[in-house]
Amino acid sequence: MTVTHHPGEELLIDFAAGGLAEPWSLAIATHLALCPNCRQTVADAEAVGGALLDGLALAAIDDDALDRVLARLDEAPPIETAGSNQAAPGTVLPEPLRSYVGGDLGQLRWRRLGFGASQVQIKTANDSGAVRLLRVPGGGSVPHHGHHGPELTVVLAGGFTDAQGHFLRGDLQQTDPSVRHQPRSDPGAPCISLTVTNAPLDFSSRLVRALKPWIGI
Amino acid sequence: MELELGLQPSAPRDRDAIRPEVAFRCSMSRTPVRLIDSAADAAACIAAIAERRDREAFAVLFRHFAPRLKSYICKLGTDSATAEELVQETMVMLWRKAAQFDPTKAAPSTWIFTIARNLRIDAIRRENRPEPDMTDPVFVPEPAALASETVEHRQRDARLRHAVMALPEDQRTVLQLAFFEDKAHSAIAAHLGIPLGTVKSRLRLAFGHLRNRLGGP
Repeated sequence: MTVTHHPGEELLIDFAAGGLAEPWSLAIATHLALCPNCRQTVADAEAVGGALLDGLALAAIDDDALDRVLARLDEAPPIETAGSNQAAPGTVLPEPLRSYVGGDLGQLRWRRLGFGASQVQIKTANDSGAVRLLRVPGGGSVPHHGHHGPELTVVLAGGFTDAQGHFLRGDLQQTDPSVRHQPRSDPGAPCISLTVTNAPLDFSSRLVRALKPWIGI
Repeated sequence: MELELGLQPSAPRDRDAIRPEVAFRCSMSRTPVRLIDSAADAAACIAAIAERRDREAFAVLFRHFAPRLKSYICKLGTDSATAEELVQETMVMLWRKAAQFDPTKAAPSTWIFTIARNLRIDAIRRENRPEPDMTDPVFVPEPAALASETVEHRQRDARLRHAVMALPEDQRTVLQLAFFEDKAHSAIAAHLGIPLGTVKSRLRLAFGHLRNRLGGP
C-alpha cells in the first residue's frame, strides 16, 4: 500500500529544523513511520541543517570549555544502539504514537463522542495543539464543519473520503480555516485516525453546535 | 587556512598543526575557519571515538563544532551560559552515541545538528521530540531502490554544502530563519516584512533548488 497524501514540504522542513511544536510533530512522525518518501525529504532537510550549521560564524567558547567536557567523558558510557522495539504481529499503531498512547488499539479506552464516533485524548508536554485518536464507524461521517485553525489528520486504519480525495492508512490530510468538509468513512471497518487541532471544530449545523458541550471536539 | 567546502578528498593532515586559538581569534569572523578539512575527517574522528574512545579525536571535533553549535543555539534565543551548557551536553552525547553514527546515511555535521536540535527541544522547550523508530515492526522500510541510493550520501552532502552557499541571498535568508530562528513561518514573514505566502514559496523554492542539486550529476 502506497501513501498518496503527504504533508506540505514546509511542514517537513519545519519538523527537520526542530521548529514544529510537539503535537504537530507527533502527527508528522506518525506519517513518517509509514512513508519512506517523506523520510527522505526530512533527511535532505536535516542535511541542509547540517550544511547551515557548518557555515555559521564561530561563537567564542569559554577557555576551559574543552577541559570541562573532557573531565565528564569518563562518566559518560557509550550508548551502543537503541534497543529493538517489540510489537505483536498485526499491531496497528506505529512508534512513536504507540508509546504516547501506552499500547496498541486493544489497550485503548475510547470515550464516546456525539456522532457515533469515539476518541482517545493524547497528552503532550507542549499544548499548542489538541491530539486525539478518532474512531468513526464504517460508513459514518463527521458532521459538516470548518476549522478555526490548522488541522492535521493521519489515517491509521480504514479510510475516509472528502472533497480533497480518498485517504487511507498513512495518508496525511492538512487543512486550515479555508477548508470546510464532511469526511465520510469508508464502508466496513471503522476509520481510525490521529488528529491534531488547535481550535474547536466549527460545525455548520446549528443543532450540532448546540450539542457541542456534549460532543467535546 | 582556506575556506573549504568539504569537497576536496581529505588531504593528509597533521593534527598538531591545528591551533585552537584560531577559532577564538576569529570568533566574530563571517568566514568559517576549518579545523576539520572535510566531512571525511570528521567521520574518521567519530569512528575513532566509537572504536577506541579516542579523546584526541574528540578534542578535534570539539574545536570544530563547539563554536558553531554555540552560534546555532544562541541564534535561537538562548543566553550564552545556557548555550555553552547545551554545547557541552551535545558533545557528551556525541561521545556516547559515536557507535550509532552511520557515515553512509548522513554527514557528521548533519548528525551533530540533529543531536543538538533534539537536546535543545528537550532542555529549552521542555518538550519531547517524536521520531519514528526504525526498529519498530510497524515501521515501513525504504523500498530497495531508495535504500541503494544511500551509498551516494557522502557526495550528496558535499554537493549540498556547495549549493547552500550558492543560493540567492533571499532564499538563503528564509532557510536560515527556518532553521535558526525558532520562528513559525508567519513570524518569519513578519520579521522580513513579506507575506506568508512569499515565505512559503521562497522556502520551497530554496529547498527544491537544493534537492535538484542533490539529484543532479
